[in-house]
Amino acid sequence: MAGCAAGRGGSVTVRARSAAVELVVPLSILVAWGLWSARAGNLFFPPLAAIAASFRENWLFARFASDVVPSLERLALGYALAAAGGIAAGVLIGRWAAARAATRPLVEFLRAIPPPLLIPVAILVLGIGPQSKIFIIAIGCVWPILLNTIDGVREIDLVVLETAIVYHTSRADRILRIVIPAASPRIALGLRSALSLALILMVVSEMEASTNGIGFFILQAQRSFAITDMWSGIVLLGVLGVGLNLAFAAVERRLLRWHREAHAGPLALVH
Amino acid sequence: MARSAGRSRVSRWAPGILGVIAPLALLEGLSRSGVLLPEFPPVSVVAHALAAQLVHGSFWLNVGYTLEGWAAGLAIAAVLAFPAGILIGSKGLAYRLLRVPIEFLRPIPSVALIPLAVLVFGTDLSNKVFLVAFGCFWPLLLQAVHGMQDVDPLVQDTVRSFGITGLTRFFHVTLPSISPYLATGIRLASSVALVLAVTCELIVGVPGVGEAVLVAQSSGDYPLMYALIAATGVVGVALDKLIRSVERRAIRWQVALRGEAAA
Repeated sequence: MAGCAAGRGGSVTVRARSAAVELVVPLSILVAWGLWSARAGNLFFPPLAAIAASFRENWLFARFASDVVPSLERLALGYALAAAGGIAAGVLIGRWAAARAATRPLVEFLRAIPPPLLIPVAILVLGIGPQSKIFIIAIGCVWPILLNTIDGVREIDLVVLETAIVYHTSRADRILRIVIPAASPRIALGLRSALSLALILMVVSEMEASTNGIGFFILQAQRSFAITDMWSGIVLLGVLGVGLNLAFAAVERRLLRWHREAHAGPLALVH
Repeated sequence: MARSAGRSRVSRWAPGILGVIAPLALLEGLSRSGVLLPEFPPVSVVAHALAAQLVHGSFWLNVGYTLEGWAAGLAIAAVLAFPAGILIGSKGLAYRLLRVPIEFLRPIPSVALIPLAVLVFGTDLSNKVFLVAFGCFWPLLLQAVHGMQDVDPLVQDTVRSFGITGLTRFFHVTLPSISPYLATGIRLASSVALVLAVTCELIVGVPGVGEAVLVAQSSGDYPLMYALIAATGVVGVALDKLIRSVERRAIRWQVALRGEAAA
């Protein structure tokens, strides 16, 4: 609680002190790891400085175009497909009770299948090119988006919808201007959990029958005992995970600002 | 009365059953008539392979291997994550010290550690258990932290004014009030655990369902491949139902207490 208050309203020195407290542990972990790994001579845990050098060598920017760009392209395409399909199907199923009843057991079963198990099928049907990897990312990410969209659409205030019908708004207008915006906080929740899933499936899909990508790179590095290269890839995936998370949070804050303001209470609007 | 309840149950289930049977019948027709590629065998052939697997010992052995990794990883993660989450969530110094490292470690995709796990643990069960435990640690930790931050402050103050502290307070106030969060954490982590166990089997070749699917694919036994995938889906649904029923039972008293919220 104290940290919270200091972060919001405290003076600069209080805020700086609170930030310093928060950075104590991460910095000491890094320093301890650096010191230990430099002396340990452990084959599997190379010196931190060597990992940093390998990171610079591989990812800034020698292998950026050959491995990072293909990975991120497939991630973006699979995620976009899952978002489009999940939101569209979710609006349909959420608005239509018969579709909800008919699809529930099937959806429950399909989403229980671990997506990596479909990799052998995808390789068989779509080959070892980018299509099979995009398919795996899309099929894994679609479930949280679909289920959250359905729930979000079902929670819509009926008075608002009926008012819109009374005013003779078209069906398309009602879906685009009322249903989807009203469900958007839940859709965002689904998109957020799908994003970390997308990164995981990107890596996994590149570890089986692949020729490039970050997942392919770290597994190849391990198999050829290029341990510092492997570590540099793991660090890159960590950086990507944190970066994607922060980017999502920033976009969500911007897009859903109206929602937070509307729910901050009527007083904020009256004054 | 009984008859109308029976009929309403039929009308409740009928659309869902139809929603499963219709796509299956469509697939059967399409692959029998040769519209689909030979990589998609008819549903009836897959069902036959599935039935053969159910009486086959090696199938249950593989399911057992997968569930072994699932259970051991989940248990280790819970033993580590729940105490850590309770400590971090109790608003003290621990929360401020560990917030930043958690924010940075949590988004690391667990599967990035597969190559490292191969080096350190080899290609047997311990590899799978490590990966599952790492992946499950985060949802369990976050649920415990959220649960602690949601303990009713009025209850806490009341308990403090009665002079109840230490273990008594923990077991009679804190633990009961965070238990729904812990149960939800277990349910979320369970599906993560199944995905990671299967991934590890598929990529590393640790024995289990994931490896069996890959072997079936590479030996061209496509009905078996689909049968194993479908069976894993059934296992996933069954685990989810099992955990939900345990969850409901564990927190029933709480739902009764908060009757107005549930209604």
